[in-house]
Amino acid sequence: MAERKLMKGSHALAEAALRAGCRYYFGYPITPQTELSEYMARELPARGGVFIQAESEVAAINMVYGAAGAGGRVMTSSSGPGVSLKQEGISYLCGSELPCVIINIMRGGPGLGNIMPSQSDYFQAVKGGGHGDYRLIVLAPSTVQEAADLMRLAFELSERYRNPAMVLGDGMLGQMMEPVELPPEVAPAPPERPWATRGTGGGEPRVITSIYLEPEVLEEHNRRLQAKYAEIEAREARWELLEPESDFFLVAYGTVARIARSAMKLARGRGLSVGLLRPITLWPFPRRAFEQVLPHARAFLTVEMSSGQMVEDVRLAVDGRAPVAFHGRLGGVVPEPEEIVARLEELAGKVEDGGVHRVATFEHAGR
Amino acid sequence: MRVIYHRPRALSDAHTHYCPGCTHGIAHRLVAEVMDELGIVDRTIGVASVGCSVFAYNYLRCDFQQAAHGRAPAVATGIKRVLPDRVVFTYQGDGDLASIGTAEIIHAAARGERITVIFINNGIYGMTGGQMAPTSLAGQVTTTSPRGRDPQLQGNPIRITEMLAQQPGVAYLARGSLHSSREIGRARRMVQRAFEAQLNDAGFAMVELLSSCPVGWNMTPRQALEHIEQAVVPVYPVGELVPAPPSRGASDGRHGKGGSDHA
Repeated sequence: MAERKLMKGSHALAEAALRAGCRYYFGYPITPQTELSEYMARELPARGGVFIQAESEVAAINMVYGAAGAGGRVMTSSSGPGVSLKQEGISYLCGSELPCVIINIMRGGPGLGNIMPSQSDYFQAVKGGGHGDYRLIVLAPSTVQEAADLMRLAFELSERYRNPAMVLGDGMLGQMMEPVELPPEVAPAPPERPWATRGTGGGEPRVITSIYLEPEVLEEHNRRLQAKYAEIEAREARWELLEPESDFFLVAYGTVARIARSAMKLARGRGLSVGLLRPITLWPFPRRAFEQVLPHARAFLTVEMSSGQMVEDVRLAVDGRAPVAFHGRLGGVVPEPEEIVARLEELAGKVEDGGVHRVATFEHAGR
Repeated sequence: MRVIYHRPRALSDAHTHYCPGCTHGIAHRLVAEVMDELGIVDRTIGVASVGCSVFAYNYLRCDFQQAAHGRAPAVATGIKRVLPDRVVFTYQGDGDLASIGTAEIIHAAARGERITVIFINNGIYGMTGGQMAPTSLAGQVTTTSPRGRDPQLQGNPIRITEMLAQQPGVAYLARGSLHSSREIGRARRMVQRAFEAQLNDAGFAMVELLSSCPVGWNMTPRQALEHIEQAVVPVYPVGELVPAPPSRGASDGRHGKGGSDHA
């Protein structure tokens, strides 16, 4: 029987990770996700796992690197300022093709910023953040239930492709309480990992490394990584599309998508034909979802708690075939459904008047 | 005929990339001999650091992970926590361990992490071309202290091993030198005890090995070894700072001869 509980987002993420077989956690406290670490500190030893509070985020991600290389199912979690410190290790994990899960519960930035919900780490998550040509698999849950569900997927994808996966949420998701049906427990035994460094046992030594001094060899390594990323793009894009026959589409991810959904309902109640396109994977970005609606979509409005980061990927996906507008709130301010509807009405009016050229965009962040 | 000298099984027959007169090769050999003697090569995972020794895995025939600059103790921690019954060691230079990696080494020691650290101290950044290291001697000329290291301007040499000796999590801590056959023999016993401390589950263990960098020091190999004896050892005295606890096993008896074979 599935278990249904009222849980905080951070706790649901932690419990779902344990049920996905994660037995190693290395982290460093930072608001608004510290409850996740605390949950792991309490629960992991009881389930035969290891929790270490590292001396820094830098050390934490490198412990993840070591544990992943040794074949453990391992994760870490942090918020923006901490994830910035983890970028070095993330680049090494990608270069060495090691599986792990990284959770970023975003807060307002840049710098120390504040501890309110934000989506301003999108670029860092999907465009690199660390050095070198690499990609993270990035999953963006919008409810506590989905957060629990995507943890399992994050470990699965990470292990299938031997690539770190990031679960990207925000302070709202981490802190809110919602009923959640917890996924069943899977066996903690990790799958076969013939590449893991666990001692040769008399065989040939294995090496986990990301250094290739010969340019042609490094180019070949990079080409192989890029081929892997292309496969992930082709196979793993995920999204939710509501009211697919609409004229206008809101594009939003994570908790903002919930607000956009309310705005969609409000706008439809006022007679505006509005749908919602919600990327679940931010990388790979769900371009095919746009292909599905582009034949009839008259315009898109991207809503984010940032100055406009995902909107760049929306524009790339739309590729000038429809206007793309943007509405963003910054600094931890959460947008209201009413303000989104006002922007939608403004957008619809301009499209009716012919005021929006198909390739033009209009935007301003916040009010 | 009695074989008195042979290549350790744990050492590959690859030609090393180290410069002539560099003592990395000796340090590698000591680690390989000890792994052979303790019979642990098949269950050992090494962590290679950034610097000249980045390719240690080409020479030591055990599993290896390569770590980012300074992070080897954190990487080793991750490995050891997943595989507590394996032997995990890091091989780090002074730029790696004593500069960018000070946090990682201190906290690994403080946690009493069951790892063995081989700390190669040649007082200079070798791979990047002879820059000042935290361990460079006062007055030492490097490419980034061209007028000689002035402690007033550039700080004092850090004695990492003395610093770590304050941590209760440390089970074994020693400083050896590679400048003479006698010192190499002593260093070998230190390396052995540092691995035995891990096998005895006693805590964190580290051996600092005073090493040469003739190219970075602008000396001949012979001058470099003399320089260690005359200038480096007085600043970084050799010996056991935290001696091994009484062994729980019979390993002292089995391996007691240690490096005297080579002295």
